[in-house]
Amino acid sequence: MRTVLTADDVRRALTRIAHEIVERNQGIEGLAVVGLQRGGVWMAKELAGLLSAIDPEHDVPLGSLDVSFHRDDVGLRPIVPASVTDIAGSLDGRTIVLVDDVLFTGRTVRAALEALNEYGRPSAVQLAVLVDRGHRELPIRPDFVGKNLPTSRDELVVATADGVTIQ
Amino acid sequence: MKHLLAIDDLSADDIHRLLELTDHMVEINSRPIPKVPALRGKNVVSLFFEDSTRTRTSFDTAAKRLSADTMNFTVSSSSVSKGESLRDTIETIAAMGVDAFVVRHRSSGAPAMITRWTNASIINAGDGWHQHPTQALLDCYTIRTGLNRRDGFDGLHIAIVGDIRHSRVARSDVQAFAALGARVTLVAPPTLLPPSLQGWPVEVSHDLDSLLPDLDVLYLLRVQRERMDEALLPSLHEYSLLYGLTDARAARLAPHALVMHPGPMNRGVEMVADPGELPGSVILNQVTNGVAVRMAVLFWLLGSGSDLAEAS
Repeated sequence: MRTVLTADDVRRALTRIAHEIVERNQGIEGLAVVGLQRGGVWMAKELAGLLSAIDPEHDVPLGSLDVSFHRDDVGLRPIVPASVTDIAGSLDGRTIVLVDDVLFTGRTVRAALEALNEYGRPSAVQLAVLVDRGHRELPIRPDFVGKNLPTSRDELVVATADGVTIQ
Repeated sequence: MKHLLAIDDLSADDIHRLLELTDHMVEINSRPIPKVPALRGKNVVSLFFEDSTRTRTSFDTAAKRLSADTMNFTVSSSSVSKGESLRDTIETIAAMGVDAFVVRHRSSGAPAMITRWTNASIINAGDGWHQHPTQALLDCYTIRTGLNRRDGFDGLHIAIVGDIRHSRVARSDVQAFAALGARVTLVAPPTLLPPSLQGWPVEVSHDLDSLLPDLDVLYLLRVQRERMDEALLPSLHEYSLLYGLTDARAARLAPHALVMHPGPMNRGVEMVADPGELPGSVILNQVTNGVAVRMAVLFWLLGSGSDLAEAS
């Protein structure tokens, strides 16, 4: 097991991402943060907190999204939905920041983009990840990255608020 | 798991897992666009040899919300009326490429028989007096949400009232409620009880009135007039006096108690009060939950890739 980011590193990375989100969107009005089940949920919560700290005037709605039923490997491997999706209200016209802990093949993000469609038509979707470990199988790239981490395909990357390790 | 034929094929854990999966389906059904691509390309065929409105449309809706293709087979407009055998019917349709058959048949055991003739998954949507497993699952889900009992039914007292003898719903419900830990009492005139209750995890009473205050769930069954050719009841009026849910009886239920009915209701027979006026009535929730539960069953059999038990 190799530690790549410590808890302090993770906090600094998230703070930087939060500022980048504010800079890119010129504030946080009209934003909503959506974490992907399960790994992205804690990070989305942290980011939403950091965003409201930067701009206390506006609320940042926080949601979570389970993409099990949108995966392209339904029926090919055991799929057990993690937690129930929680998205309140319509996403029409909002800018969605999709949040996941680790970006790998991009297939989860593809499923998430499709799932989001069922909740409305966002004006834009941006992607924030703590770790980009490469090996993309689809034309998907993140807008905000905590750390670019070269890995081999068979390594396991674990990212939590307590740090990022390769196992 | 490949087929869903009877509740006793499921362990208590299986039932819990299916109900948890149903939570996801309820969420999907609450979306502005309640449809997911999970079962794209799967073909689900409804084979109903007996009349049904809610079960058939419920399965149909469930399959469509998961993006499966659906095909309805109606006996009256098919070659069955030309004398085609059940086996030939199944083999013919299966040859078109079918992933699941949803079967309702007047003969107990017909769905189990069909499993031998095709590789498709078979879902029993009611066979004779035997089983109606998705009804039991949706009833469990309705009680689980209505009484907030996510972890099981320990300590709940459920009375199933009415024509137990002819009821596949009762047979499935008894097994499912008991598996989740509930105490089940059957309430019926002796002629409407099965000849033997050996092995049934139930108590029996002929006196509804004395039970009412103690119940958490009052489950009324339909008096099946179409199966009632043996003069089992002196009159529907007498049944209604002794076992019908009147306003007076409803008033004696505990405030939290749920009133359930699998439909279709005989108003004025087992249901004398106006169900719309009963605070504990969850009869329409049963119908709504039916779609979600059937989505969970379809996904479990066709989409989860393996046994949920193995996967989790």
